[in-house]
Parts: sequence; structure tokens; C-alpha cells
Amino acid sequence: MVTYLDNNATTRTDPEVLAAMLPYLSELYGNPSSMHSFGGQVGAAIEAAREQVASLLGAEATEIIFNSCGSEGNNTAIHAALAAQPEKRHIVTTAVEHPAILAVCKHLEKRGYTVTYLSVDGRGELDLMELEAAMTGGTALVTTMYANNETGVIFPVEKIGAIAKAYGATFHVDAVQAVGKVPIDLATSTIDLLTLSGHKLHAPKGIGVLYVRKGFRFRPFLLGGHQERGRRAGTHNVPAIVALGKAAELAQINLAHTKREAELRDMLECGLLATIPDTVVNGGGAPRLPNTTNIGFKYIEGEAILFMLNREGICASSGSACTSGSLDPSHVLTAMGLPYTILHGSIRFSLSRYTTEAEIRQVLTVMPEIVERLRAMSPFNNDQAEWLQERDVALAT
Amino acid sequence: MDEPRQRTPSPSTHPPPTHPPAYPPTHPPAPHPPLTPETAMWDYSEKVLELFYNPINQGTIDDSAEPDVAVVYGEVGSIACGDALRLHLKIQQSTDSILDARFQTFGCTSAIASSSALTEIIKGKTLDQALHITNQDIADFLGGLPEAKMHCSVMGQEALEAAIYKYRGIEVEHHEDDEGTLVCACYGITEKKIRRAIAENDLTTVEQVTNYVKAGGGCGSCLANIEDLIVDAQESAETVRAAAELAVAREQRSQEAAAPTPLTNLQKITLIQQVIDEEVRPILIADGGDVSLHDVEGDRVLVKLQGACGSCASSTETLKYAIEAKLQRRVLPTLTVEAI
Ligand code: FES
Repeated sequence: MVTYLDNNATTRTDPEVLAAMLPYLSELYGNPSSMHSFGGQVGAAIEAAREQVASLLGAEATEIIFNSCGSEGNNTAIHAALAAQPEKRHIVTTAVEHPAILAVCKHLEKRGYTVTYLSVDGRGELDLMELEAAMTGGTALVTTMYANNETGVIFPVEKIGAIAKAYGATFHVDAVQAVGKVPIDLATSTIDLLTLSGHKLHAPKGIGVLYVRKGFRFRPFLLGGHQERGRRAGTHNVPAIVALGKAAELAQINLAHTKREAELRDMLECGLLATIPDTVVNGGGAPRLPNTTNIGFKYIEGEAILFMLNREGICASSGSACTSGSLDPSHVLTAMGLPYTILHGSIRFSLSRYTTEAEIRQVLTVMPEIVERLRAMSPFNNDQAEWLQERDVALAT
Repeated sequence: MDEPRQRTPSPSTHPPPTHPPAYPPTHPPAPHPPLTPETAMWDYSEKVLELFYNPINQGTIDDSAEPDVAVVYGEVGSIACGDALRLHLKIQQSTDSILDARFQTFGCTSAIASSSALTEIIKGKTLDQALHITNQDIADFLGGLPEAKMHCSVMGQEALEAAIYKYRGIEVEHHEDDEGTLVCACYGITEKKIRRAIAENDLTTVEQVTNYVKAGGGCGSCLANIEDLIVDAQESAETVRAAAELAVAREQRSQEAAAPTPLTNLQKITLIQQVIDEEVRPILIADGGDVSLHDVEGDRVLVKLQGACGSCASSTETLKYAIEAKLQRRVLPTLTVEAI
């Protein structure tokens, strides 16, 4: 049996979603851009999917632009926001964004933009005073995530948006981790642009959406076709769009049930904390997504934990350096100022509506022994270990 | 300031489905295919996984104060770096050899496997032999490591050195690599250490340097400096190569200078006569033929072929060239032979 607890990385395609998309991979292969009725029926399916996504977000169908993924949405949003107010050269974001935001910001810095990276505290939360202080009349864009992919910590987006609006800045939200997990109502929101990605809510990979508020001066990023009313050129990925529509419909129903996911998550969290000493929940004090928990197991390293879990058939993820191919620990946990004792040994478990109680129990059964084995090997097995850095001991106590 | 938009529910809102699916879903999708550690994440060798799941020689060594036995440990890394190794050695003092080795490792799969491998490699070795062990030996023992994990083997080699230095009373803190300009502040890596890694492992890219010594793996602000060190090393390698080429050229020239002075005409003719008489004629005579030297004009050697050798045109040619080759080798490379 495989226990899949890495749903913030990607989710399995829902069988109903798969069933909905299959005809568009076989007999219904028309191009929605064609004038004939064979293409037309496919075009109708796209519009139905647009309605389904709009409904999940409390948006209007015309505000939905289908694209390929979250990274495309984030890149497009930033460029669109800057194009809308070309005289403004300042961007505000946070230190814990996804690379699809951070890399673009770093790139823009080289092109003469200034970027403010807001810090987070030990719970992963923003200081709105710091945001206020960063804002100027020259701020073109405020871009923040809705919820953090590693810790699940939810930002107060409407408060952030209110501040952004007060300074005339565009407000973009990367909601890739939040859509389908928390209710979002764009009809009553300050959000101008919002990114979502299909494969995080049980649609297949390679489909995403950029929401663009009606009336926003949008400049397309991808040129060369009239698709999406000229706002995103490129042949429609029809099966994936239909799938995302169905996934959005199911997510809307699921929103009423996320309490169950939160209960399973809490069962996992409490169980681990109760049976394994020197364990902390990263971001535990902040409002969080119902499906995510990020736990720091002190004195051991994340990749080693993941390999031990993998042998038990459990898939999770780690913010540790070694798993990512780079050597620096998670920029999110680092920005939270966590001590190294926790930083390197943090594991993210992310659940979905398919997660069962039996799976959670399995993790609770195997995890204590895994931690014990690795701690037995570690030269740091308590905060008194002579070898620990001063900073760590100070932070940990 | 823009007010949040108030909007009545969109008329386009999709109607809720009439038969909502069961929750949690009663018909989960097909089961996942099985997971194998071998296919997970990094491409680790079987040996790495074996030593990770079943590490050998894990733990510490107690100093039981036995006669002729010393117990020491060496350590490298720190919790800040994300990996650290404490290597414990039990040394027989009279033979200067390692009786036992154990490890404590904080780190990833390959760090644990590298530590375990190291202890296996060094047991029974003398300290001098152990000091010759390189990180590559550790990686080889493991059937190889992914490039990005080479620093795990470097850590093993360094801990070994630290332990032996400590036993021999050499201050590890004063390891020369740790002195000098700091290049990577994130991991506390000095210029000297980076230069050594570049030279010893023939590193040519910044990524390789990061994989071997971690420098550059953090904030990345030292990457440009690492690049400079690589260019520097390549340039100095160039200098070494150029110097070597120069030395070879000089050697050649001096050999040429020492070459024998050209033969006088008389010496040349005498030598040709001698080779024909001693090395050519006996073979021809045995075959029923013969040759005699007619004249030497500059580099032209005129010979007269006799007997069987003189009768057929093709054999004449063959013989001419056979004689020419011999004379060129034995007397002067510029000689040509003509039969008259
Ligand atoms: S200084 Fe080298 S990575 Fe930060």
C-alpha cells in the first residue's frame, strides 16, 4: 500500500475528472477555434469549464483565462501588472513566495525595478506594519501567496489587498495552494489577479488559470492568437480545461468537507507530537490550510527521514537541503528564523480528500521508530549537545 | 482607495450538481504502483541504500583505558551546514593501526552511507595508509555517489584526517584549509579549501565546487568568486602546461645540439661500403646474387647488381629499395640508391 501525503506537490486525478476529460482525448477532438460545429461543441465544453472555475472562485466567466500552470499564471500576472502602470518601478512581495514569483522578481531587479521582500515571523506570518512601511506611490504591484505551500500558513489577503489598493498598486495573489482548500470569493475581494493550478486540486498537470478582474488593464504575455479573447495565445488544451472544470466543481462540493481533512491532519500532528519528543509544528500558531502540516524533527535530517518513510511506502516531502538538489534549506523555514536543529529535519505531510484514517495511523506507527533510529546515529541528540551552534541553542530554548 | 467589489452572485454561476459525490470518495482511483527505495528521489547505488538502511559501525567507542590502545575522535561539519560527522577511532599505539572505527552522522542518506563506508575502509589500516584515503575511495566503495552528493564523501575524508591529526597532536583547528580568506560565508568555506578541491578533483564548474565542498550552496552570493577561483586554477594549469611544453622544446633543442656532427665524404663512403659488405651482400650471395658499390655522388649511391639480382626488373627494384632502406637507416636518411 502506498500512503500518499504529498498533495501540496501534486494530487491524483479524480476518477470523475478523468471520465469528464476522456472524450476530449478521443472522439471530441475538434479545435474550438474552428468555425464548424465539430469545433463548436468543443468550444462549448471550454465555456462550461470556465463557468465551473468561475463558480468556485466567485468570479465571472469572462475573468478566467486558461493557461498552462501556476508558473505561467504568476509570470503573466507580474508582467501584466507592471505593464498596466509602466511608470511605477516598485514591487512588494514576501520572502516566502514560490520560486515562480521570487525568480521573476530577482530578474526584474536586474532590469531596474526595486523589490521589497517582506519578512515573516517564527510562525510564518507577515507584519502588516512592515507592508505599510514598504508601500509608496511608486509601488506598481503587491504580490503575495494566499497560503504557503510548505507550512500551509494563510496570509490575510484582504488586509494586504486593502493596503495595496490604498497606494494604487495592483494586487496579485498566488492561490495555487489555497484554491479548493479554503473558500475564496473574488466577487467581494480586493484581488486583481489570482493564480491557480489544476493539478493541486485533482485535475491533471499542465492546466492553470489566471483570474483577471474585470476592467483591469491587462496586457497579454503570450501573443499570436485570438484565444482567450486575445489575452493568452495558444491552442486550448481542451481535455485539461474540461478536466479542470470538473475538478473545480468537485472542489466546490469538497469545500464543505475539509473539516474531515483538518481532523485527520490534527490527528497526525497530535499523534506525532505526543509520541516523539523534540518535535515541533512549523507555523503551528498561525491560521493554516486544513490539509497541511510541517513538522520539525530535531537533530536529524529530512532526506534521511524521507528515505526511511519511502521504504514504508509513505510519500511526504521535506524542506531539507538535500532533497531539493540544492544545498540550502527551505527558504520558507529559513525566513521564519527557525533554528538549524529544526530547519534541516522538517517534513511536510499534505493530505487530500482521499487520505484515510488508516494511512494516518500507519504514519503514526512507523514514525517514532524512524526518528529514534536516525537520532541514535546523530551526534546531536539534544540541545545540550556540545556541538550545537550557540544560535541554535538560544533559539530552541 | 478601491473598495472591494460587492457583487451579486454571478448569473453565470454553474448550478450545483444534483447528485454530489460521496465524501470521502467511496470509489478511490486505482491503487498506486509500488514504491521502491531504488527509484526514489536520488539515483543512489544499491550499496548506498544498503549502508543507509543497515549502517555498519554506527555509534561511539568507549575509552576502556586498555594498554597500548588510544581512543580519539575527529569531527567535521555542523548542524548549520546540514551535515556533520564525528568519527571515532580505536588505535593500537604500538603498530600505529586502526583497530576499530565508528561513526555518528547528522545528514542525509549518502552522508550516513559514506560514514559507514569510511569505517569499513579504514579498519585494520595503519594511520599512514588511512591518510592516503581520498573522498573518491569512499565514493568508489559505495559504487559511486550522485555528483551533488560528493561533499558527503569529502566530509568522511576530512573527519578521518581530523581524527588522525588529533591523535598525533596536530591542532585540527589550525588545519591550513580553514585559514585564509573566507569565500562562502554561508558554509564557512575558505579560498584555500576551494582551491584544493578544484585542483584535487579537476573541477571545472561552479556546480561541481558546490557539490564537493558546498561553497555556493546557500545564498549564492559567493558564486562569482568561486567562478574566479576556477578560472584562476585553469589559468595556472595553463601556465604549468605551457612551462612543460617549453621544457620539452628546450630538451629537444639540446638533444639536437648534442647530435653528431655531419659525416665527411670519406666517412660516408666508408660507412656505405661497410654496410653493403657486412649486412647486404651476405644475404644476396646466399640467394645467388650480389651487389657492389659503384660510386657515391652526394647522396646518390650507385650500385651494380649481379647474378640473380640483376636479371629481373622487378627484383631489381625490390633490391634497390631494400638496400636503400638499410643505408638510410644505418648511414644517412637522405641517401638514395640507384642500380646501374
Ligand atoms: S556565501 Fe556562499 S552560498 Fe552564501
